Amino acid sequence: MRHTNSNKTFRLGTLFTAVLTSVALSGPVAAQSAEDYPSRNVQYIIPFGPGGESDISARLQQQYFQDITDQQLIIQYMAGGGGAVGWSQLNEMEADGHTIMGTNLPHIVLKPMGKDPGFKTEDLKNFYFFHYSPDALIVANDSPYETLEDFVAAAKQSPGAVTLSGSGTQSANDIANQRFQSLADVKTTYIPFKGTGAAVAALLGGQVQAEWGYTTVAANHSDKVRMLAVAADERHPQFPDVPTFQELGYDMTGGAYRGMAVPKDTPEDVTRKLSDIFGQINQNAEFRKKMQDLGFVLIDVPYAEVDEFMAERREEYEEVAREMGIIE
Amino acid sequence: METLGFMAAAFSPMNLLLAVLGVAAGIFIGALPGLSATMAVAVLVPVTFGMPTEAALIMLGAIYTGAIYGGSYAAILVNTPGTPSAIATTFDGYPMAQRGDGDLAVTLSTLSSMVGGLVGALALLTLAPLLAQIALKFGPVEYFWLAIFGLTLISALSEGSTLKGFIGAGIGLLLSTVGVAVVGADIRYAFGSQFLLGGVEIISALIGLYCIPVLIDLVATPSAHLEPPEEGRGVRFNESLGLMWRSKFNSLRSAVIGTIVAILPGAGGSIASLVSYSEARRTSPRHERFGHGEPDGVIATESANNATVGGGFIPTFVLGIPGTPPDAVILGALLVQGFRTGPEMFTTNANVTYTFIGGLFIATLLMLPLGLLIGRYAFKSIVSIPKALLVPSIAFMTVIGTYAIRNNPFDVVVMVVLGVLGWVLSRYGIKASPIVLGLILGPIAEQGFVQGYLMGNASGSVLTVFFGRPISMAIIALTLIAVFYPLWRARRDRIVKNSNEEPRHEH
Repeated sequence: MRHTNSNKTFRLGTLFTAVLTSVALSGPVAAQSAEDYPSRNVQYIIPFGPGGESDISARLQQQYFQDITDQQLIIQYMAGGGGAVGWSQLNEMEADGHTIMGTNLPHIVLKPMGKDPGFKTEDLKNFYFFHYSPDALIVANDSPYETLEDFVAAAKQSPGAVTLSGSGTQSANDIANQRFQSLADVKTTYIPFKGTGAAVAALLGGQVQAEWGYTTVAANHSDKVRMLAVAADERHPQFPDVPTFQELGYDMTGGAYRGMAVPKDTPEDVTRKLSDIFGQINQNAEFRKKMQDLGFVLIDVPYAEVDEFMAERREEYEEVAREMGIIE
Repeated sequence: METLGFMAAAFSPMNLLLAVLGVAAGIFIGALPGLSATMAVAVLVPVTFGMPTEAALIMLGAIYTGAIYGGSYAAILVNTPGTPSAIATTFDGYPMAQRGDGDLAVTLSTLSSMVGGLVGALALLTLAPLLAQIALKFGPVEYFWLAIFGLTLISALSEGSTLKGFIGAGIGLLLSTVGVAVVGADIRYAFGSQFLLGGVEIISALIGLYCIPVLIDLVATPSAHLEPPEEGRGVRFNESLGLMWRSKFNSLRSAVIGTIVAILPGAGGSIASLVSYSEARRTSPRHERFGHGEPDGVIATESANNATVGGGFIPTFVLGIPGTPPDAVILGALLVQGFRTGPEMFTTNANVTYTFIGGLFIATLLMLPLGLLIGRYAFKSIVSIPKALLVPSIAFMTVIGTYAIRNNPFDVVVMVVLGVLGWVLSRYGIKASPIVLGLILGPIAEQGFVQGYLMGNASGSVLTVFFGRPISMAIIALTLIAVFYPLWRARRDRIVKNSNEEPRHEH
């Protein structure tokens, strides 16, 4: 334990110096060839606090990264501003592939649409999107809403009276609510909470009638909640009885996507290599099983396809952002 | 019986060794300002991946317990709460250390932390499902009123001027609005700076507001930092036991308050220790000595904050909703290990859960010998290090500690600015505690209010939502008592004084 402590202090010390140096120089560091990459441990920065879904999925990747590369993936946290503090600093970090950062959709698209959060969507060099948590409409086990139809009927009957909890404003949950409101032509009251934990607590405590959450939330609280519908292309293997929104006639798929980005001056070959490594992790059967059990849906968007993927998401979010009044 | 069997599994030599290591490391990390319990647990998580689940959990629980307790060293010896839950420990702990009773304060803190830890763990073992249901009854409105209640404690806690206490709280509330609002996502007071977007980090504010003024005063005055203890009196264990026995009700009551507040996700240790501190002061026959080095103050806060460890695990295990930030990390580690929270934790996974609770008991008991050993040297070395060495070392630790919280160099700037501001303000009688309380409670009050308002609008009556719920009404009543009790007591004291000439027989 002493050992870990001294290691930690040492690591903090070196990181401190590294950040100071990189802020001072703020230029690209000597490029490195992809063959011997990674030549040392890789810092994986999560721009949120520990314990959330971004952290948990990164922790699962961590084990397999070491198997493939013989180097460790070291997870760091840089929380603040709903991710903005981290993303706005990414491009000033050392660009040799040994620093990567988690990125989240819709956050990285929506945040720069409003006021300036210190980064632009197109400045983030995403190299892989590896999974998403599909949006889900969740109710408590004893809720009178048995089906999505019940819910829509209640919302139609008294507009604005049905309350839903969710995590944050202009977040994936907020957007899901907005999209569903226009697809079903209903009016509900969305109440933002700080984090998914608080949103679930509000549902379980009967403070709200339903929650915009994810399949992961239902997986974690399977004994107390049920889902009315899931915003995935097909039914989730963990929940074969829960219909998708599409089956029920609402054209709604999506959720919180998670990927990784490198500082923008990172050499192309190293970026591709990173994309390959994380693609390989995504194929690992044990990793897939663990992710699926937690309610995630794995996707494979390697570096070569990131631009196309981002363009599609962007179009989708812009439409919602216009309805929400974030952009003109 | 089966439960006991599972708990006994925690006693394997390997698990005991892990618990000792975890507690020692936790004390060490918690004692350094800025290195928090959350961080201690997060750093350890990858290490535990390769371990059996029980061993991993025992080690995580041990380091968490140790870190919360370790936070009291910094509070007592350098007036800097290592974690928000140790804020109230500075009120009496530091004055005790200044007058040469630092060894007594550390020993009392050790004993109280042990009592608190045991009560919290016992609640986790026996009452978890019941208490978790109570936690769910707290909605946005209840959190709003709870935060308001916390703010009124300022009037009870600020020495001298209540008005200055409220000015301090106002400054804290303003600071809490900096950054991206959770509800509404508005960007406030960021002045175009990407760094201010993240808001004022509470731990960096704590370090700045409490530690920097001490450092400035150390440099500005020729006297020694702390009075040296008399030679050869050891850790004053018997004296401490005597004081603990005298304050057994105080200690137990504080531990119960700590446990109950901790089951409310998001309220946490800082409120728990403040509520129990003000309760201890209200009921104590020595209430006028609180804030000037009264041992009961240390006993109250340290009993309460270690009870939050066990209490916080209640919503974490039963509901899957983390009670405190370190719980969130432990919950994440559990999910990565493939464990589900909820009723399964007490049925199919009962062996893991009960072994963990057993480990928590062991870790809590281990705090006594380890704490007395480490605490003795901590006090001695802080006293004997010459100022010329002490000041730069603490200054260095504050910078590293602040930076380490979110790997953000800007937090260091905020810490120093707030430190200087806090030093100036305290010269005018505005103390650090109300400012920090405002900073901690501001967001809870704001979110609760907006969420409650939205709920009220949806249901048709905002007033019913805010005033019509039983728990809210109880908290409102407590708030009124907190505001008016000091006024009433002052009035009564005046009357008693006036009637001294013609003594009455009523009491």
